[in-house]
Amino acid sequence: MSWIRRNFVVIAGIITLAYLIIPNIVVMVFSFNKPAGRFNYSWQEFSLDAWKDPCGVADMCGSLTLSLQIALWATLGATVLGTMIAFALVRYRFRARGTINSLIFMPMAMPEVVMAASLLTLFLNLGAELGFWTILIAHTMFCLSFVVVAVKARVMSMDPRLEEAARDLYAGPVQTFLRVTLPIAAPGIAAGAMLAFALSFDDFIITNFNSGSTVTFPMFVWGSAQRGTPVQINVIGTAMFIIAVLIVVAGQVISSRRKKTALPK
Amino acid sequence: MTVTEAPPAPPGPVVHKTSVRRKLVPYWLLLPGILWLLVFFALPLVYQASTSVQTGSLEQGFQVTWHFQTYWDALTEYYPQFLRSLLYAGTATVLCLLLGYPLAYLIAFRAGRWRNLLLVLVIAPFFTSFLIRTLAWKTILADGGPVVEFLNVIGFLDVTSWLGLTAGDRVLATPLAVVTGLTYNFLPFMILPLYTSLERIDPRLHEAAGDLYAKPATVFRKVTFPLSMPGVVSGTLLTFIPASGDYVNAELLGSTDTRMIGNVIQSQFLRVLDYPTAAALSFILMAIVLVMVTVYIRRAGTEDLV
Repeated sequence: MSWIRRNFVVIAGIITLAYLIIPNIVVMVFSFNKPAGRFNYSWQEFSLDAWKDPCGVADMCGSLTLSLQIALWATLGATVLGTMIAFALVRYRFRARGTINSLIFMPMAMPEVVMAASLLTLFLNLGAELGFWTILIAHTMFCLSFVVVAVKARVMSMDPRLEEAARDLYAGPVQTFLRVTLPIAAPGIAAGAMLAFALSFDDFIITNFNSGSTVTFPMFVWGSAQRGTPVQINVIGTAMFIIAVLIVVAGQVISSRRKKTALPK
Repeated sequence: MTVTEAPPAPPGPVVHKTSVRRKLVPYWLLLPGILWLLVFFALPLVYQASTSVQTGSLEQGFQVTWHFQTYWDALTEYYPQFLRSLLYAGTATVLCLLLGYPLAYLIAFRAGRWRNLLLVLVIAPFFTSFLIRTLAWKTILADGGPVVEFLNVIGFLDVTSWLGLTAGDRVLATPLAVVTGLTYNFLPFMILPLYTSLERIDPRLHEAAGDLYAKPATVFRKVTFPLSMPGVVSGTLLTFIPASGDYVNAELLGSTDTRMIGNVIQSQFLRVLDYPTAAALSFILMAIVLVMVTVYIRRAGTEDLV
């Protein structure tokens, strides 16, 4: 009993971790299933079919490509706009700062369905054709706030004296920005961009309202929950998981190597 | 609400042309992004407000008739779904806090060299589409599956059935399944802010409290937990707000008896095409959430949220 009490945090933490990871393991295991009916919810027999032919389902890989395209453009837009706002908010004092801060905070303090529905009323009233462009506009909008927060955190912790030093050494404003400011802010901008990409790629609720008949990957998965889930969905899910883990691990290895080589100097 | 341009530069002594240009810099930096938010975030809310007081039909068109009755009708017809949403989202938030706190604590203070690996394991599930992961719960909670069988054998389902959380020996299509899915989906949003605020605590404070003869439980209650309050507040907000409007879990794991307000808004907008009611419902949800969040932040007393 006392052992349990001493290690309570470890035991409870591992239970939570299991709760988080088990669905991913299920997704992985069921990517090797050969389902009997339309739905891949119960285990039948082992098969590599889906892995051999990941694009063997009509329209699935097309929706995946579309989601990637939208996520890339939305990330680009939100990162550029968000970084500019973050710099303005941290580096300059001006009127209406409070109002602008709350305008940026609002999209994060609102249930997604409200934003999704209100955007749809705008597009309906303007008579806009729902599809690629409306999805892109919506994604850029809701990713923007997250980029601002991520970049702001980084810029705030920057030492302004580094830029002053660069100017004292006769660097022009453009040179200072490109060679001092931007490299220091880069990790924050990268974090914001990655967050925007992940949010856009995985977004369902806002896309559901504003996509018309255009099918992104989450929309495809949603539809398949009604029509029948192909095993290939699990293959894509597993591949995404593995790629993400590899990227994170590679990032860790690179940064720890850098630290090791930087220290002896 | 009117669409306002960025305000003009504050008047100041004009010394050089360059200094005037420098003063305009922040406005040029803000302009594109703020314009985007005004046009695609604020303006849509105005359109939605106007839609909510319109009457008419899809065939004959809608006109603004200041028909506030829609709000009252929507509220009286759908108050069970509103209450259910708040109840499910609230339960999921409390469960996230209870489940997430030990893990965040473990990563912050006890993980040692495993810290980065554990953090990766918390974030990594994010990268598999959340819809795919939610569908995986259909497999996990399948009727007659090992999980449900186990819960049945230990008598857990008898208790939850008696509480009205499950029905017979099923878990799928019951409130328990929906809350399980909600808790699962928003758990990382609780763990990460908790971890960030716990990680900032100096472990020497724990030692100091221990040296002053505080028991571990007292250290937690008097030192650790109060210092982690910013994480608790932002974690609960990041969980509760999206959970209250979510309709994915209720749709995929629930039944018609577990419909949340998000499901109603979605079907009114996209299937029934009754735009005024849908807009009114969405506004009521927004108002409820904003009021609850404001009261909560006041009471919890944290201003430095973002």
